[in-house]
Amino acid sequence: MSRAAAVLAALAALAVPAGAAAQECPQTTLGDIEDEVMCPICGTPLGLASEAPQAQQQRAFIEGLIADCRSKEDIKRALVAQFGEGVLALPGDDSGDGGVEDVLVYAIPALGILLALGGIGFAVLRWRSKRTRRAEPAAARGDSARLEADIERYDL
Amino acid sequence: MRRLAAPIPIAVMCVVLALVALLAYGLASNEPDRSIDEALAEGEREPAPALELPRLSGESVGSLGDYRGQVVVLNFWASWCKPCREESPLLQRWHERIQKHDATVLGVDAFDEIGRARAFVREYGLTYPMLRDGAGETRESFGIIGFPETFVIDREGRIAAAQRGPVGEEFMREQVVPLLRQPS
Repeated sequence: MSRAAAVLAALAALAVPAGAAAQECPQTTLGDIEDEVMCPICGTPLGLASEAPQAQQQRAFIEGLIADCRSKEDIKRALVAQFGEGVLALPGDDSGDGGVEDVLVYAIPALGILLALGGIGFAVLRWRSKRTRRAEPAAARGDSARLEADIERYDL
Repeated sequence: MRRLAAPIPIAVMCVVLALVALLAYGLASNEPDRSIDEALAEGEREPAPALELPRLSGESVGSLGDYRGQVVVLNFWASWCKPCREESPLLQRWHERIQKHDATVLGVDAFDEIGRARAFVREYGLTYPMLRDGAGETRESFGIIGFPETFVIDREGRIAAAQRGPVGEEFMREQVVPLLRQPS
C-alpha cells in the first residue's frame, strides 16, 4: 500500500511540472498564424500557398517556433525579422503606421458592399413602384364595377 | 420621379467604374518590370539598378557599387529553391575561375530564412560574397519573377545579360567570358 502511494506521489510530482509547463506554453497553432501571414514570393496568404517551397520553409520555421512555446505575436515578429513587413497579411498588423493605406484596404470593400446594397435597394424600390402604378388602374376598374353592382342591387 | 432618379444610377455607375479602375491598377502594378529584358532584346545595356543590402554573414552592408570596374555575375537565390541547389556548385566553380580576371560572382539570398541560407552556403562551400534581401526589396528593380535569376554586369556597371532560371556552362561561357577580355 505504501509502495503504491509512493509511486502515485512520484507520478503526481512528475505530472505537475509538465502540466504547469503546458499551461505556460501559449496555445499557438500553425493554422492560426497561416491566415495572418503572407508567403511573400507567392503573393498569397501562407494558408493558400500549399505546395510552394518557400511556403513549406515558412511553415517549418513557424512550427519550430511553436515548439519553442513562442506566442503568436512573437512568431509574427520573428517572421518580420526574416522576411520584412510584407510578410504580415493583415492591414495595420505591422508596427509602422500604414495610415491611409490600412484604412483604404477596409474602406474600399465596405464602400463597394454599401454601393451594391444601395443599388439593389434602389432597383427593388423602382420595381415595386412601377408594379404599383401598373396595378392601380386595374384595381380602380374593379372597385367601380363593384360599386355599380351594389347600386343596381339596391334599386335606388 | 424619373428626373430625380437619373443622377443616382449615374453616380453609382461612376463609383463602380472607379472601383473597377482601382482593381485594374492594382493588377497592373503587380506586373513585373520587363525593362531589363526589353533593353537586352534590343542589344542595349541598361545601368544595373542600385543595390545595397546587408551581408548574409551579418557583418556589414554591401553594394553593387563595391564591385565597380569588375565583371559581376549577380545571382539571386534562396535555400528553398531546388534549381538554386543545382546551380550553386557551377557558380562556385566559375567564381574561382573568374576571380583572377577581376570578376566575381555576387549572391543575393532573397525571401529566405537566414539560418537556412547560411547552412546552404556552408553545405555547398560557397566562398563568393553574399548579400541578404529577406524581404525581397530588390525584386521589383530587377524584375525578378522566380528563383534563381542571374544578371551579368559589365565593368561599367551595365547589365550585359540576364538569365531567368538556372545558368549553365554554356551561358557562362557565352555571356561572361567575352566581358572578362574587356580592360578594367
